[in-house]
Amino acid sequence: MFDGMHRRIVSIWFPRLASDRALRLRPVEAPFALSLTRAGVERIHCLNLAAVSRGLHRGMGLADARALCPDLLSRPADPAADARFLRALCRWATRYCPWAGIEGEDGLVLDITGAAHLFGGEAEMLADMRARLLRAGIAARLGLAATRGAAWALARHGEGVAAPGADPLQALGHLPVRALRLEEDTAAALDRLGLRRVADLAARPRAPLARRFGPELLKRLDQALGTEAEAIAPVAEPPHYAVRLSLPDPIGLVSDVMAGTGRLLEALCARLKDRQDGARVLRLTLNRVDGDSRQVELRLARPLHEPARILPLFERGVAGVEAGFGIDRLRLEAVQVEPLPPCQTGFHGGDRTDGLDDLISRIGTRIGLENIRRFLPADSHIPERSFLIAPAAWSEPGRAWIVPHPRPLRLFPPEPIAGTGPQPPGRFRWRRMTLETARATGPERIAPEWWLEDEAWRSGLRDYWRIETRQGRRLWLFHTPQAPGWFVQGEFA
Amino acid sequence: MNIGSLPFPPLRRGRAHEVCGPGSVFFALAQAARIGGPLLWVAESWQTERINPAGIAALIDPGRLLLAEPRDQTEALAVTEEALRSGAVPLVVTELTKPLGLTPGRRLQLAARDGNATALSIIADRLENGGAGSNAAETRWHCAPVFDAVFDAAGSTLQRWSLIKNKSGTLEGWHVRWDAQTHRLDLVSPAGERPGPEAAPG
Repeated sequence: MFDGMHRRIVSIWFPRLASDRALRLRPVEAPFALSLTRAGVERIHCLNLAAVSRGLHRGMGLADARALCPDLLSRPADPAADARFLRALCRWATRYCPWAGIEGEDGLVLDITGAAHLFGGEAEMLADMRARLLRAGIAARLGLAATRGAAWALARHGEGVAAPGADPLQALGHLPVRALRLEEDTAAALDRLGLRRVADLAARPRAPLARRFGPELLKRLDQALGTEAEAIAPVAEPPHYAVRLSLPDPIGLVSDVMAGTGRLLEALCARLKDRQDGARVLRLTLNRVDGDSRQVELRLARPLHEPARILPLFERGVAGVEAGFGIDRLRLEAVQVEPLPPCQTGFHGGDRTDGLDDLISRIGTRIGLENIRRFLPADSHIPERSFLIAPAAWSEPGRAWIVPHPRPLRLFPPEPIAGTGPQPPGRFRWRRMTLETARATGPERIAPEWWLEDEAWRSGLRDYWRIETRQGRRLWLFHTPQAPGWFVQGEFA
Repeated sequence: MNIGSLPFPPLRRGRAHEVCGPGSVFFALAQAARIGGPLLWVAESWQTERINPAGIAALIDPGRLLLAEPRDQTEALAVTEEALRSGAVPLVVTELTKPLGLTPGRRLQLAARDGNATALSIIADRLENGGAGSNAAETRWHCAPVFDAVFDAAGSTLQRWSLIKNKSGTLEGWHVRWDAQTHRLDLVSPAGERPGPEAAPG
């Protein structure tokens, strides 16, 4: 219905997005800047108008800025929060049209084709946008044109509206070439050639330009002038896994809170299941009547979306919450989510590990999920490195263990004993016991792994012996020929 | 493993048992081999003496083993109870570092009964003589390796297992040997004809 020439695109640029966001939270009157550390230097990331009027600019070192402007207030920037804020603005922008997208780090692009009349026309729509953003304390520049490139250029380099149907060059011609979304080098090179304005560029023959600067330049020019189409993709909303429940009367009993949590879980799990996701970390926030709130965090051994399995795991955490005068709001959020595609369950043993996973989660709420581990085989002949200890919740049982030589059941840090020479001592004292060697099997020579730095293996080669003592105990001894000494490192059955 | 045909009782399911002596770890793993299924091993995180997966591979598949590393004995007992009650693991082995009081001992017993799982507490060497065991335990064993002058050294793991507390039977002792080739426990010969526990320290 709409071909490229009839489209109407609005580009919104927020020149001071980061500082506007920070100042909305805590307003100040004085010059203000957000700083960001790049390559070890703290530089100005974004500043307010008062700071601009004092001669400060973006990218300036913060120390220099302070020297110029001693009363400068600064805070560290939070780019992640800025990105979230921009996403929120993008959501807000869908009040004007359904097709809203994020442009770079500080801009939005809206396809208002066929939507302007709902606001009484294009001029009224732009005025409405401007007024609402101004009220929210956000500086914005707006550009409206038939193409995305032209709207971008107008928003950033000379706010304005390109009238529909008119020659786009009329609106864009006087803008600098940078308005065409060019790489910095290209723009600088064009500047040197004297091609400063878009009109200059458009008047040049195309072939030499393409040879000199590559196809990117002409593509940008065509996009701005509307001879090449460019799509606007709306941002897909990231799935939002949080549900809440407000209660008319405060509750305090564990059973009541659990019932509420159960209802929230039903809703949350239905949403998780729809998208084939499973929750790994859940957070239950209980808002109390007195304005305070308590949080219960649940970390699961495996991504799950079955309410019946998750709910009992909350019991311990919920029981520990001090309800005060009562709880009137519950919020449940899946903080960490992992894909959990449906899988076929077998006839036998399909659910056998479920109980174990639930047990891991349950113990994890008590001692921490990372304190439940399992052994995984590792490729090393050094005894203490022949296995890995991995958190059970993030690992699968390893493949088969291949142990070519007998190894002790228990290992401990080497304990020195008296002994000389390469043969195991006939009699020795260990842990306040006098032991007599009855049979010694060995030596098995193990060389340090020179490519790894290991303090314990500084003494060089080790000759390991299996010792059976007349007293019964079977020990694992080693001798270090390069730094003579005898040690006990393990005990066999 | 063919422990069923041996003349001593296997650890009764749904009960708490205890083992002490230098052969405790071997005893626990031999029980795990008999019972099968996953095994939860609870040992406090500060302990430097650890079971070695490469070593236990001769008895059970280390992949069956889950380690829980609580901070102290109170947490260790809580974890043990939780695991026993859940019934998800048929055997929970807990390394005790402090004497077990009457109440915790009884609680273990109840948890084992509720989940129909077997609890096995390993009593550390230094606690043995302090009466560290709990009154509530169904059985208490003393296990020590025994030097075997006759048998070939390879694979020889002659042990003396003595039942030193038994709520439902008599006290006795046996000599057993783990056969690494066939993965089974063999009874060697009646106690008394072999060097007894008096020859083993501790």
